[in-house]
This record gives sequence, C-alpha cells and structure tokens, in this order.
Amino acid sequence: MRPARWPRDGHERLLCVDPAAGSFFDEGLGRLPALLRPGDLVVVNDAATLPASLRGRTPGGAPLELRLLGRGEGGLFRAVAFGEGDWRTPTERRPAPPLLAPGVRITFSTAEPAPWPSAPLVARVERVSELSPRLVELRFEAEGAALWRALYAAGSPVQYSYLEGPLALWHVQTGYASRPWAAEGPSAGFALRWRVLSALARRGVRLAPLTHAAGLSSSGDEALDAALPLPERYDIPERTARLVAETRRAGGRVVAVGTTVVRALEGSAASADGAPHGGEGVTDLKLGPGSRPRVVDGLLTGLHEPGSSHFSLLEAFAPAPLVLAALEHAREAGYEGHEFGDVGLVLGGIAAEAAAA
Amino acid sequence: MHLRGTGTLITGASRGLGAALARRLAQKGARLVLVARETAPLDRLVEEIRAGGGEAYALAADVGDKGAIYPLAGAASALVGPLGLVVHNASTLGPLPMPPLLDTACEDLEQVLAVNLVGPFRLTKALAGAMALHGRGLFVFLSSDAATNAYPNWGAYGVSKAALDQLARVWAAELEGTGVRTLVVDPGEMDTKMHADALPEADPATLARPDEVAARLVALIEDESLPSGARVEAQRAAPAGASP
Repeated sequence: MRPARWPRDGHERLLCVDPAAGSFFDEGLGRLPALLRPGDLVVVNDAATLPASLRGRTPGGAPLELRLLGRGEGGLFRAVAFGEGDWRTPTERRPAPPLLAPGVRITFSTAEPAPWPSAPLVARVERVSELSPRLVELRFEAEGAALWRALYAAGSPVQYSYLEGPLALWHVQTGYASRPWAAEGPSAGFALRWRVLSALARRGVRLAPLTHAAGLSSSGDEALDAALPLPERYDIPERTARLVAETRRAGGRVVAVGTTVVRALEGSAASADGAPHGGEGVTDLKLGPGSRPRVVDGLLTGLHEPGSSHFSLLEAFAPAPLVLAALEHAREAGYEGHEFGDVGLVLGGIAAEAAAA
Repeated sequence: MHLRGTGTLITGASRGLGAALARRLAQKGARLVLVARETAPLDRLVEEIRAGGGEAYALAADVGDKGAIYPLAGAASALVGPLGLVVHNASTLGPLPMPPLLDTACEDLEQVLAVNLVGPFRLTKALAGAMALHGRGLFVFLSSDAATNAYPNWGAYGVSKAALDQLARVWAAELEGTGVRTLVVDPGEMDTKMHADALPEADPATLARPDEVAARLVALIEDESLPSGARVEAQRAAPAGASP
C-alpha cells in the first residue's frame, strides 16, 4: 500500500473489517458514528508527541541522532542512537552511530527556529542495553522547567523519509493531546477530528482517554526491531477504567483507537483480575494470532503492512486470511497507508450496522 | 472549579494582574505554569511562590509566536499534568502612545491581533481537546471595556478584545456538554504598568489594586454556577458569598 505523503485535512477512507460476518467493505471515516451503537465506548491515547528527535555530538565531535523513547525509571530517558543523516534517509540506510559507553556526555544542538530561548540540552549516557549497543538510558543535566525548555528547543518530531517534507510539532499531535509521552504520534487518532468525535458523542457513543507512551516503529537495528515494542508506560484514569467496566457490563463494545490503547487496556487487565484498573503501569504485552483480547472488542487503526508487529496485533481481532484479503483490496482500491493515511475498523457487527444505516 | 492540585497555566504572569493571580492561585494549591516573555521577573515570581510553599514553573515564551504554542502546551502538561485551568491574561496595547486608526500601521494591528487573539485561539485549540475528553476544564479570557466601547486611540486593542470575547463565546457553544467552560472577565481599571502605558496621566490612587481584582477573579474561577461563555465585570460583580 502506498503511504500518505503528508498530513491530510479530513476525507479519510475507512476500511471496515467485520470478523463476525467474515467480510470487509469500504466506508468513509464520517460514517464511523453510524457503525457504532449508543453505549459503545471509544478509548483514545491522549499522549502528545514528543520532539523526540535530537541531534548532537559526542565529546569527540562525532555527530549522531538520538530518538527518545520516553521517560523510564528514576528520571532516566531511554533513547535509540542513529548515525548521521536527515529525514530523507530511510532509517535502515543510516550509518551506525558512534559507540556510546556509560559516562559519555552528549551536547545537543538547538533546532532552527527555536520556539523559545534556552540553554543547550546536555545528557550523559547512564546505561547501554544488552539488547543493542544503540539502545541507551540517558540522564539530562537539567530538570524541571529548564529540561522541558531545552528539550523543546533542541528536538523535532521523528521524521519519515516517504513524506513530502519535514514535519513540525503540530503535524504530529492528535486533537486531544495532553502529556508528551509518545516517541512517535499515536497516529490512529490523527484522523479523528472533533467533527467526528462530537458526532460520536451525539450518537450516544462514549469517549474516554488513557495515556500510553507509544514507542518507536523502527530502530534501524534488526535485533532491536525484533524486540519491538519494548515495555511501555501507561496511565489509565479512574473514570476510563470505570467506563470500560460499565460498558462491558451493559453489553456495549469497547473500541480502541490504535494498538497502544489495546496494549494499555489489555496489559492492565492482564496484571489484575481481567479488568483494567485506574493508575499507572508498564506493559510488555504482545498480542498476536491466538491471543484473546479480554476487554477490547475492536480496533480503529492506521493501515500497515503484513509482517509488522502492528499486523500481528490485528490478528488477535480477526483471522489472518480476512485481514490479508482486506488489505489486498485496500491496496488495489488505492487506500493510503502509514501515519497520515486512511484508517481501518476491525469490529464484529459493523456489517449489520452498515446495512441498517 | 476546585483549585487544589489543578494544573493551571497563566499567560502574562510576570507582573500586574497575572502575577497577583498567580500568588492567589498558588495559595489555593493550584499547580502553576507561568508564562511571560521576560525571563527574569518570571523566575523571581516562581522563587517567591515556592518559598511560600506553592508549586510553580516558569516558561518564558511569546504567545504571539506560532512556534511556541505546542511546546508550551507539551511542557506545561509534562510539568503539572493534564491542565484544568488556563488564564489568557497576556496582551499588548501595540505601539505607545496609542495611535488613532488612521495612524495605525497594518503590521502593528496584525501584531496586536497575534498576541491578543490568535495566541489565545492557538493555545485553547492545543489544550481544549484533552480537557473535553477528561470531562473538565476552564478557560478564562481577560477582556476590557474597550471591547464594548469605541474609545478613540484604542482601535487595535479594542478590536482584538471584542474578537476575543466572541471567540470565548463560540468556544463555549462548541464545548457545551463536555465539562469544559469558558469565562470572559473584564478586570476594570487597575494600577498596572499596562494602565500607566495607556493612560500615563491617570492618578494611581483612583485605580483598583491588581491583588483585589485577582481575589475577585479567584472567586469567579471557583464559582461553578456561572454559565459557560459568560462575560463578567470583575469590579462590579458581587463579592463572593454575598447574596444578590
């Protein structure tokens, strides 16, 4: 499927896959409210996207890019190192970064134009992962407001080589972005504009947020890519946990917007008594063929290629042959994929809703 | 709105009404992010609030600068958590002494609109969606009687505030039912640097002190019975707790 090459302004197509009916069909995203029922619950990831791409130099002067994965234990940030290159160079074609050892001090350059004046961002490597020499834990020298000032002055969003140009911070935020926890945008929600969200609310579909620290989609390192997604942090508001429980009790369906929401809800449910609970947690849950989601009934998602970790998660919601056939149809019908493209809805019962509406 | 623990962002916080409001909201237990263009007075205010046991962070930025808006929204949410209260207090008069419209450069009008109108629009747009999903939030827009009266030489400023009033009303209409409210407050004449810039001949003794107006503003913020989109004159509103 060809990727969408720039953020759009509405008019996304909606590839509908109904595993109960064993069928797929075409809709527009504007029809989403008609495909859901009053009493259904839509859960979104409200993580804002970090200016996660930082350009810096080691004390020896070697240039590198670090992509933040988010905040870890004890105020440390996890990051993946890349060699020199700009957004036009596909991740897998980047040269290897300089070898980073604990204690190495990295000074980052300020983006042009900077959003505000700031002292330079400086970090020290604390740990190097056993998984890959490119996965490190950093401690920034500044903290509090000084850290966030320097981070936003130095960083830009992670870029994609198939786009028409470099992305600004506002291109990679959802319409409900809150705390900056996401290394890459929770992109299934990019298409959810408030026109659609308000129509869902008018239909009697309830909306609830959680925050999930979405990680990198690709690291340029085979060993590391194989381990993706790494354990990720989430925070589920008490109100959202309560709405999930109420919805299930009343026979409504829980629809996750994006795989990160599935991981947070199912991870939380797996760590407790089968129902997600309020509060923060970390999940290393990987769903795939054969896994049975306990709380999420369906998924609104971007369209990604077979073979990705994203694709195997889809197989927890619909049989692989059905998903493959639907994606093949989408490719032939000219759907656009990736972060800024069309979207898909995998949910049992929507074929009947579409016929009735 | 219940203030204890509420993530709060105040623009134009380094002096005048903004600084007085910051001190009072800190006493109420709000978690503050203070925004203004100048770093030094902002840092001093943050130190003062922390010394008094409050929680505050300084983010020096120009709300008229498009590139500063998402960094502001993100950094503020990182520092104090999802925001519940935003006070759009920053504003500019434009060139001084304030000129009649016939002498107003188009670029100066654009600059006044960028700070007083487009900045609050952008910041509200960046923050209101999350508040609507969390079911709670309040945006306070600081206005002026120049929004409703046609004072000579107050053209650029008055136009920006009239448009801001309408912006707050439309936000209120669109956010109805989400738990997110807006409020327009005309603080009235106060003994501030801005007032001295606009009307240097005025006698400060005849003007309200910013701290008195800030106390009224806190009462209006706490009063959940005010309808969303309401416009209130702070110095005319009945004191908190008084019967009408």
